[in-house]
Amino acid sequence: MNETYKLPKERLDDLIAHLWSEGYRVLGPRERQGAVVFDDVRRSADMPIGLREEQEGGRYRLLPGKAGEIFGIVNGPGSLKPFFFAPDETLVETKREGRGFTAREVAPESPRLAFIGVRACDLAAVAVQDRIFMHDRFRDAHYAARREDALFIAVNCTRSAATCFCVSMGTGPEAKAGFDLALTELDDCFVVQSRGERGDALIVWLALGSADDDATALAANGVRACAEGMKRHLDTSDLPALLYEEIENPRWKDVASRCLSCTNCTMVCPTCFCNTVVDVTEIDGNMSRRVRQWDSCFSLEHARIHGVNFRPHIANRYRQWLTHKLASWIDQFGTSGCVGCGRCIAWCPVAIDLTEEVAAIRSNRSTRSKQ
Amino acid sequence: MTPYLMQPARIIARRTETEGIHTFRMRYVDPELRKSFRFNAGQFNMLYAFGVGEVPMSIVSDPTEPGIFEHTIRRAGRVTGVMAQWKAGEIVGVRGPYGSGWPVEDARGRDVVIVTGGLGCAPAVGLINYIFRRRADYGELHILHGVKTPNDLLYRERFDEWRRAPRTRVYLTTDRPDKSWRYRIGVVTNLFDELEVPPSAIVMMCGPEVMMRYAARSLMHKGIGADSIYLSLERRMECAVGLCGHCQYREHFVCKTGPIFSYSQVRQFFTAENL
Repeated sequence: MNETYKLPKERLDDLIAHLWSEGYRVLGPRERQGAVVFDDVRRSADMPIGLREEQEGGRYRLLPGKAGEIFGIVNGPGSLKPFFFAPDETLVETKREGRGFTAREVAPESPRLAFIGVRACDLAAVAVQDRIFMHDRFRDAHYAARREDALFIAVNCTRSAATCFCVSMGTGPEAKAGFDLALTELDDCFVVQSRGERGDALIVWLALGSADDDATALAANGVRACAEGMKRHLDTSDLPALLYEEIENPRWKDVASRCLSCTNCTMVCPTCFCNTVVDVTEIDGNMSRRVRQWDSCFSLEHARIHGVNFRPHIANRYRQWLTHKLASWIDQFGTSGCVGCGRCIAWCPVAIDLTEEVAAIRSNRSTRSKQ
Repeated sequence: MTPYLMQPARIIARRTETEGIHTFRMRYVDPELRKSFRFNAGQFNMLYAFGVGEVPMSIVSDPTEPGIFEHTIRRAGRVTGVMAQWKAGEIVGVRGPYGSGWPVEDARGRDVVIVTGGLGCAPAVGLINYIFRRRADYGELHILHGVKTPNDLLYRERFDEWRRAPRTRVYLTTDRPDKSWRYRIGVVTNLFDELEVPPSAIVMMCGPEVMMRYAARSLMHKGIGADSIYLSLERRMECAVGLCGHCQYREHFVCKTGPIFSYSQVRQFFTAENL
């Protein structure tokens, strides 16, 4: 378990090819329109080698990085979420028959997925969504079908983006659970750890030798330096109470004056799970599909019922999002809904930063908040 | 199996309550489902209109009727507009039951206060019928109902019928009376001045939240504990299984821990606007 192995960089191609031959669809970081997302990877050259990214509130740029570095980019707008919790998926199909109809479940597609280059925060996010879709009172069959056999090759972070705050959320920068293999990239090789049978089988298939102590130490130091150098922080010590008590904090109005309610934060968030089911009916009216699509608590319709909108103002909706993410999520699922990946900061068109909002709410804290 | 799969149910009877409000009596087509279907008073089903959509609807019939359930549907939006056209013999989609029920077991042997407001509160009607069918099991019954205008008073005959029943008091009020109005005038909370109940009473409420806020406060003043006050909350329940996120109310998924809550579960934030 604690043993470390050495994988020469050029042998990453063997690993990828092997996974394809085992029937996995292998996905890794790919450059798409100036950002990195997970997509099919056939060889390591498909990945954005030698690039790094610069992230800040409302800003994301790919820049030349370190020559030969394969996993130089920390993350991009796409997490693993869409591969398990599909953005658009038919759940049930109904057909008109006589005076009524018949309904049948549409079986989910269940490709075997293998991910390479998964960061610790994104692994933590998968665990958060598992809790919602697989380990709650009702199990979501469509999510589970894709999730169950997925294989994860993690990459420990040795550099962070300016938007990262995984240390505060206790999710990174080192992958601690939920992976089959974890790689730490050095100049000429990866230091590899395995968890579980599938990881061990890959080590055996690759016939990897042990990593020497120097390489192992170098890898560990890289991860430690990344953690220590992380610039953003979120103080979680008084959560969930802070947000529960600060229902009337003036900061909600302040952030609402900047927030466009565009839903970007919820789309890039690896844990946000709100969804809606729409009915798509064939033109002859004899067949209809119930299609689940991603939704967002920032949409105007989200809390509307006939005659009432429970969250008519942006201030109400931002409060709902932040309070859910950092507070009520804990009561609902025993874990925070935030993994500190920083995507909602980078991909907010007006650079709203939840770490800053929480700090502001705390500094505006009313003294008579307890009733 | 996906929790979203609805099952065919046949409408056995349709009855018009009043303009735009219909009660549908139904049962599952599949005999096995019919046998296994059980619900508690106050739970809800998801009803599906072919090709149009689903809505949550509380079950208003008695839980002891084998395999049968009734829904009272008010024509309000697109989906309920289609449902208003449903006829006897038709096959429709149902999944459920979901959610928490009324505390009818806890209420046994106690005085019961039912507070409702607004247009035809079907869950409350189901509850009142439930208690009347087991009248000896419960103490004094107090039914408080407030409407904006006399026209909003649906089931007027039923209120009169309940009023005539022994050990039962009915309190009606309207904000905007007309000449025909014979009851109290003012908001529903005024009725609490008349209400005399011991602190051991149990309260069940259904209606606008602003009404329930005032009601809860008045009832607590009468010495009734927050654990003995129950309220039915309305939120956008789309999936009914706690997966879609729409019906969240602070830490609750109203479809899962609700829609009927004890006041102690929501008291801390019940007065907050637009939560």
